Amino acid sequence: MYKNLKWRTLLIIVVVLGAVALAYPLKEKIALGLDLQGGMHLVLEVKVEKAVEASLERLADDIKRDIGEEDLEVDRIKAIFETLQINIRMVDEVDLPPVKKVMEDYVFFKLISEDSDGLGLVYQMDQDQVKQIQENAVSQGLETIRNRVDQFGVSEPTIQVQGERRILVQLPGVKDPERAINLIGKTARLEFKLVDEENSLQQALSGSTPAESEILYKRKENKETGEVTKEPFLLKKRTVLTGETLTGAEVRFDGDFNEPYVALNFNSVGAMIFHEVTRENIRKRLAIVLDDNVYSAPVIQDAIPGGRAQITGQFTSEDARDLAIVLRAGALPAPVVILENRTVGPSLGQDSINKGINSIIFGGILVVIFILIYYKLSGAIAVTALSLNIVLLTGALAYFGAALTLPGIAGIILTVGMAIDANVLVFERIREEIKIGKTVRAAIEAGFSKAFRTIVDANITTFIAAVVLFQFGTGPIKGFAITLCIGIAASMFTAVFVSRTIFDGTMSRKKLDKLSI
Amino acid sequence: MQLFKNETHFDFMGKIKPAMAFSSLLILVGLISIAISGGLKYGIDFAGGTLVQLQFKNPPDIEVIRDGLKTIGLGDSTIQEFGSKKDILIRVEKSEEKLEAVGAMVRRSLSGEFNIEEITLERVEMVGPKVGRDLREKALLSILYAIIGIVIYISWRFELQYAIAAIIALIHDVLVTMGAFSIFDKEFTLVIVAAFLTIIGYSLNDTIVVFDRIRENLRRKGKFSTIDIINASINQTLSRTLLTSGTTLLVVVALFFFGGEIIHDFSFALLVGIFIGTYSSIFIASVFLVYWDSRRTAHR
Repeated sequence: MYKNLKWRTLLIIVVVLGAVALAYPLKEKIALGLDLQGGMHLVLEVKVEKAVEASLERLADDIKRDIGEEDLEVDRIKAIFETLQINIRMVDEVDLPPVKKVMEDYVFFKLISEDSDGLGLVYQMDQDQVKQIQENAVSQGLETIRNRVDQFGVSEPTIQVQGERRILVQLPGVKDPERAINLIGKTARLEFKLVDEENSLQQALSGSTPAESEILYKRKENKETGEVTKEPFLLKKRTVLTGETLTGAEVRFDGDFNEPYVALNFNSVGAMIFHEVTRENIRKRLAIVLDDNVYSAPVIQDAIPGGRAQITGQFTSEDARDLAIVLRAGALPAPVVILENRTVGPSLGQDSINKGINSIIFGGILVVIFILIYYKLSGAIAVTALSLNIVLLTGALAYFGAALTLPGIAGIILTVGMAIDANVLVFERIREEIKIGKTVRAAIEAGFSKAFRTIVDANITTFIAAVVLFQFGTGPIKGFAITLCIGIAASMFTAVFVSRTIFDGTMSRKKLDKLSI
Repeated sequence: MQLFKNETHFDFMGKIKPAMAFSSLLILVGLISIAISGGLKYGIDFAGGTLVQLQFKNPPDIEVIRDGLKTIGLGDSTIQEFGSKKDILIRVEKSEEKLEAVGAMVRRSLSGEFNIEEITLERVEMVGPKVGRDLREKALLSILYAIIGIVIYISWRFELQYAIAAIIALIHDVLVTMGAFSIFDKEFTLVIVAAFLTIIGYSLNDTIVVFDRIRENLRRKGKFSTIDIINASINQTLSRTLLTSGTTLLVVVALFFFGGEIIHDFSFALLVGIFIGTYSSIFIASVFLVYWDSRRTAHR
């Protein structure tokens, strides 16, 4: 039994050194969870149905244009969001066959019924297409958010798709969570719309809005009081230009008052449209609308060639910077809502670390004192095993790149309490064996071998619970499950293998008649 | 040092009736408390809602905070001290799906009554109702899976009757701890489910050590009755059971007193769970082994 003592000692040294190498230096190797270092955990849901609706509406517009090009007289073409259908009504029934021909180009639409009067057709959007749009909305949303976060400047963010339509965003150490939420959550749909100057805003407000116009508001928030004021605008529904044609957006300061504004650059298509619109609407007002909020509605003084525009408003330079970021990163294909938000400030995180470490130290010292008094020298072996257990646990945490969380610290503390259990089982067995008159050597032998199976059985149940916990848990809970699992595995090694080797090593040097246990 | 100088000969099996009565009473009191308070009290993880933790420079007046909150109309809110008089935890039923930073809103709403520079936003947790529902389902399933996994393992290593006895002890522990949570008016959160799963693991750990000894002793049964053997096995493992529970309790107590507010309920659950788990592995689990054994003997 003592023959391979050398090899066993060597193995222990290698494992321990390996763990130390993995975990050193501690500050760099052990990642702290968001609850300890402070930061933000967001789960967003992409409103994919909005992306489908937008797509349906765009397709209805395309269909209207294509049918119009065939010189056919359309009564109306309507997108129905609830059922994802497009209804086409014609004036003359002879027009139906050519309309069907036009619709052959739209492969994701299937003709599902014709109106009995022979004037109408109902087309249904294909399910696969719907799914495709939804998937794209999520993956593009992810890309856009990643772009925004990168420009916002957060170190080591986590941004990933969760489930079918959720996006997980983790921003460690973020200083201003409110700003981060605004930046991530903004749809940032930029639209240019002409102000409807033929109709009266007053009449529209009292309920009779013209069919081709809509009321949108300019929302102003007083940062001090949080008071919100709204100024209404009557705008043409038709969007003359969108943010899709943007190539750049940056913050500039105006020379006279040093007020920040956002300067926009359009690509050639955008520049052409912008030039055309401004040329044809001189003296009229053009509203700049972001996510249905009117930012400003300046009067067009002159035709603007060159594809440049600017958004002014009463910005702080921070607001302007964030607006430029979202415009540069592009619009989200569909709005997002926050399903879950867990934000921990840095001071609370540090406080949790301190308290956690205090309780590890305090609990650890209590256990060590107790075991030393109770098992004397053998207790010292158990304490050695326990210390190695913590070293291995730390090394394993570093190896798996598992973040240390507050529940994770609790997991370590529990491991300290439970790891000693394996030693207790062995030691109690050894005592029993000594009592029935076995020699020290035989008692150690029997104690370890008899206790071993119990230790395995007892630990595996906890292990099963911990694995289930890992499957089910999020963030901090996962951290707890991981530390528990590793702690159990490490305790089997240290409490059984390491303490056995120490016992054997001691026994091989001198023959003991009495065991200090 | 030894807990017991000589081998103990406590008649645990003779205490079956009082133990059963005691356990039934504990469970009953817990269930009544749960019924009176209209079910378990869910934290925001499961119910949805928003938690905002603020730290004030000087201890604030909670009524003044309540008045301040009214201005932003967030619906019902509970306001309580969290660990110290300067730390305030505000729970709002509503979870804001809109893109508004509730934490900042709450902090701003207090700007009239307090110097806003003296309020630090320590923590915000917002869980939407949909996520709450998902999590509730997942938590329930996880406890179920853990139990199934453990039944399979124990029936493989022992026999089915051991597994059933162990599970009964475990359900006993979970029920008692749940009752304690209700009586002390504590909330169920994700972290508490983690504590429950740990208690499940831990309670079994104790039970299995006893079972292992019973099995070992049954092999050389001789002239002793099953009840005698179970009694002897519990006695033989008694000092180990108490020692391990003792050391684990030591660290959990350390966690309870020094771990801070956030982990406080978690340590509370473990504290109760470990106590009750130790008790049940001595008094409850083995009782059902005896019950099964007597039925088997009666059949013959």
